[in-house]
Amino acid sequence: MSAAAPLEVRGLTKHFARVHAVDDVSFELRPGTITALVGESGSGKSTVARLLARLHDPTSGSVLWEGGDVARVRRHRDVLRYRSAVQLIFQDPFDSLNPVKTVRHHIERPLRIHRMVPHDRVEERVHELLRAVGLVPPHEIAAKYPHELSGGQRQRVSLARVLAVEPKVILADEPTSMLDVSIRIGILNLMRRLKDERDIAFLFVTHDLASARYVADDLLVMYAGQIVERGPVEEVLASPLHPYTRLLLAAVPDPAKRLHTERIEERRGVAAAAVDPPEGCRFVSRCPIAVDVCSRVTPQLVEARPRHAARCHVTAPDPERTT
Amino acid sequence: MTALMEAPVEPRTHTPALLELRGLTVEYGRARAVDGVDLDIHEGEILGLAGESACGKTTIANAVMQILRPPGRIAGGQVLFRGDDLVGKSAEELRRFRWLNVSMVFQSAMNALNPVMRVGDQFLDAMQAHEKIHKRAALKQAEELLELVGIDRRRIRAYPHELSGGMRQRVMIAIALALNPELIILDEPTTALDVVVQREIMQQVEALKQDFGFAVLFITHDVSLLLEFADRIAIMYAGEVVETAPAEQIATGAQHPYTQGLLQSFPPLTGPLERLTGIPGAPPDLRNPPSGCRFHPRCPHCVSDGSRLYARQTTERPVLREVAPGHAVACHLVEERGI
Repeated sequence: MSAAAPLEVRGLTKHFARVHAVDDVSFELRPGTITALVGESGSGKSTVARLLARLHDPTSGSVLWEGGDVARVRRHRDVLRYRSAVQLIFQDPFDSLNPVKTVRHHIERPLRIHRMVPHDRVEERVHELLRAVGLVPPHEIAAKYPHELSGGQRQRVSLARVLAVEPKVILADEPTSMLDVSIRIGILNLMRRLKDERDIAFLFVTHDLASARYVADDLLVMYAGQIVERGPVEEVLASPLHPYTRLLLAAVPDPAKRLHTERIEERRGVAAAAVDPPEGCRFVSRCPIAVDVCSRVTPQLVEARPRHAARCHVTAPDPERTT
Repeated sequence: MTALMEAPVEPRTHTPALLELRGLTVEYGRARAVDGVDLDIHEGEILGLAGESACGKTTIANAVMQILRPPGRIAGGQVLFRGDDLVGKSAEELRRFRWLNVSMVFQSAMNALNPVMRVGDQFLDAMQAHEKIHKRAALKQAEELLELVGIDRRRIRAYPHELSGGMRQRVMIAIALALNPELIILDEPTTALDVVVQREIMQQVEALKQDFGFAVLFITHDVSLLLEFADRIAIMYAGEVVETAPAEQIATGAQHPYTQGLLQSFPPLTGPLERLTGIPGAPPDLRNPPSGCRFHPRCPHCVSDGSRLYARQTTERPVLREVAPGHAVACHLVEERGI
């Protein structure tokens, strides 16, 4: 499986001064799968996406792609090649589109810069891409400006632009959180279709567990810079190991559970635990099941069940750890 | 599940409404952001107002507070607070009304705190502007309010940047409570917050409501949150209320196709996972809304078949009609088929 993995992240770490934004993060993005990365704001999930997009240099760790460590690649040509294979789309499509340029311009540009098709086929390809993301009729949409489109249509333009360079990996950072709820599902369905049809590996960064469940194959849960749980999405949500994942699940609004059914315990610690973190579990101050060792020893990500791992001394104890 | 079944649906019709909107219409230039809205909020209830962006839900809040900014203006209708129309009141009358009777926590209110003032001074500001109160007494009351919303009273000396987003939002709710208003308007109070913090704040609002007895107008795009926390829900689309019902009724028996589509836009966290479709298309431009029912271009039940129903859907504006006690729907299809 790892031989076919286009992107493998190992021990990825990024410190901004004293803030350990991302600490020892490891996972794989496999072709034709969607991996959801969930966590609260400040947990470091967007930083992971930005590191993979090479918008930051990691403090340590590696990003392995086609046999090389792209975190260390410096040659301009190699950087360009990686950047066209691994594409990032942002939360707010309005910010990433040029307001004085038409949709056609936005999609033509990557086609020409990366010489994806001969000059005389550019127009045809633009229309193909617009159709692929459900923007029809393409000749009408191509002539529009960003302000003439709805939020959902703009996010589709972002996707069409990214698809223009035939990427292997798409890093989608909260692609639906700025959109109206009735339109979000359309973007999620589109992601599902693209991963199937084009064998693309998606990293879907989100704070919404339900959206993660709807589209993703695998789930990564981040807390204070670390991945605290990792596994197949249905398995993790049906039987979560880490107490933070359990807390998140209990907090999601659920029409079936009216008030007072389960009160969430007082939040004693805050997510800022990643500033100069001491040794020990970063969730310990909020954890209802913490034991003595938790505040002394940092738990490792341990595969307690097949393909399902957690960083927790209690629910996923490390068989090799003595003390 | 059992909690859902047992939740009491008290008939509140016997008490006069605290706030009544009658045919409220608000215009921004040529755009009618709110068009002929009737809505009641009763004492001590949580009314959820839901809809997509630009459906007019925040405009309603601003109209109740009488803080519409030009070119926004009330073009028609009444805003009755205990039967007293606020439309056309003088600035001084409104100043007294705001905060004393109704307070509002704005969208991303956590950024509404003054960054160079300590939390305590921001309480003083709000309290001393509306009532004669000694500084020491005001600060003591502020400390109590902070504790009520789950913040250590020593934080009264903190600056906003020393607090997390969730704590700042709670400070705003505490300030909104300072003058013991009868109605609190919460406009997307938790949208920028994480789900864990969101739940804690909602539970606190519920607990405070029990103690103080205020009513809440809760505005959000997140219907799933309302299904859990609101007593009644009003669904807005393109400037109009299209359905109102007790929360349980919306959860299990929503009848307007837009409400149904909205509910089907939230993927479930448990149970079988089906392919969802959301709602095709996008909300209309309010400068040029569709004729007839404003939802008809996106409605799965509107088929161009030359029928009388189709003619009504595309030319006649549907009105809210009661389909069950406390449950009203504005839809030609519901009216004709009686579903």
